[in-house]
Amino acid sequence: MRDLFAVIMMTGIFGLLSASFFVVMDAVDVAFTEASVGAGIATLLMLTAVTLTGRSEDSERHRPLWALIVVFITGGLLIYGTLDMPYFGTAQAPVHVHVAPRYIHDSIQETGLPNMVTSVLASYRGFDTLGEVVVIFAAGMGVLSLLRLERRPGFDQIMADSIFYLMHERHLILRIVTKMLLPFILLYALYVQFHGDFGPGGGFQAGVIFAAAIILYSMVFGLPTARRVVNRTFVRLLAAFGVLLYGGVGVVSMLKGGNFLDYDVLASDPVAGQHLGILLIELGVGCTVAAVMVIIFFNFSDRKNIL
Amino acid sequence: MDTILNMTGALCLLLGSFLCLSGGVGILRFPDFYTRMHAVGVTDTLAAAMILIGLMLQNPEGLVLLKLLLILLMTIFISPVASHALAKAAFKNDLVPLTNSSEDKGGAES
Repeated sequence: MRDLFAVIMMTGIFGLLSASFFVVMDAVDVAFTEASVGAGIATLLMLTAVTLTGRSEDSERHRPLWALIVVFITGGLLIYGTLDMPYFGTAQAPVHVHVAPRYIHDSIQETGLPNMVTSVLASYRGFDTLGEVVVIFAAGMGVLSLLRLERRPGFDQIMADSIFYLMHERHLILRIVTKMLLPFILLYALYVQFHGDFGPGGGFQAGVIFAAAIILYSMVFGLPTARRVVNRTFVRLLAAFGVLLYGGVGVVSMLKGGNFLDYDVLASDPVAGQHLGILLIELGVGCTVAAVMVIIFFNFSDRKNIL
Repeated sequence: MDTILNMTGALCLLLGSFLCLSGGVGILRFPDFYTRMHAVGVTDTLAAAMILIGLMLQNPEGLVLLKLLLILLMTIFISPVASHALAKAAFKNDLVPLTNSSEDKGGAES
């Protein structure tokens, strides 16, 4: 397929279908993440990128023979590796006998959270999640360092005026409905953020929904207007703050005599400590994800406006 | 009472599914972009509303009802606006509506 727009739409549809597939498999948290990240914001960011690069693929094709050979060898090795794996769905598989019983039987007593996925993600596997957050932060910093442009002074104002005029003239319905829906979207993001301990949801999804609300605002009302609401420096600080908060919880738990990211020692009672720790690190995740998504979108569309 | 609620709910669900299906048929069979959008835009809103109302009637109590109601409100707002934005974008990019179907059976490219 040469048309990049169609490719992006296919990716979005694929994301949505895998989300439904996850729902069928009862993995609601994963489905939620896939729907908001894979089908939602990834598609949106790729569309923004396509407005920069142009819609059709470069007609000059590379010779894919070497790549094909490498893919065949790697794929063959991977398939060879799966031969040693236990059969699909076996009860004796290591994943079912090693740590999963502990999560299933003890996680509610140990962390006090009804949503097992959140307790595994934030508490038992806190290191992994810290890694994920750092990766997202690094991606945001990468976009920032590669695509950042110095802007002419006064440019924002001119753009704001022209776009404000256009908006009043043309997109009346979009403007009004967006204005009505935005508070609910933000409220829903907060609900997902803080209800993640009890139901599906958590920092990743909430951050993406929050960013989506800001992106929607800047698409309908223009980037400069959104800039006035969401300050650029503030967003960058927020991205760093999330990672710092996450790491800081780990350091505090070390200072209080536990291991890194061992929330038991944060409060007098281990369950309360777990609760506090998970709440804080989810907040950190949410801050970083939202800020990085907004940074990526702003930088992409900045380039579009200037070039 | 319970049976009546159940039956009405099932009826609503059935109607919603039928509308979804008819929208799907419309997107395949209609000749150009605007008629296709019309098929999906109209049935989609009503189908989603019907299915949600059906689900509400199946479980008419408490938090589930409230959540379904919120989803219904969101759908009623978002779905028509999305269709509107799509149609408007197409029109602004000079996609001419098909006026005489005997000329161009192929559809969207024109």
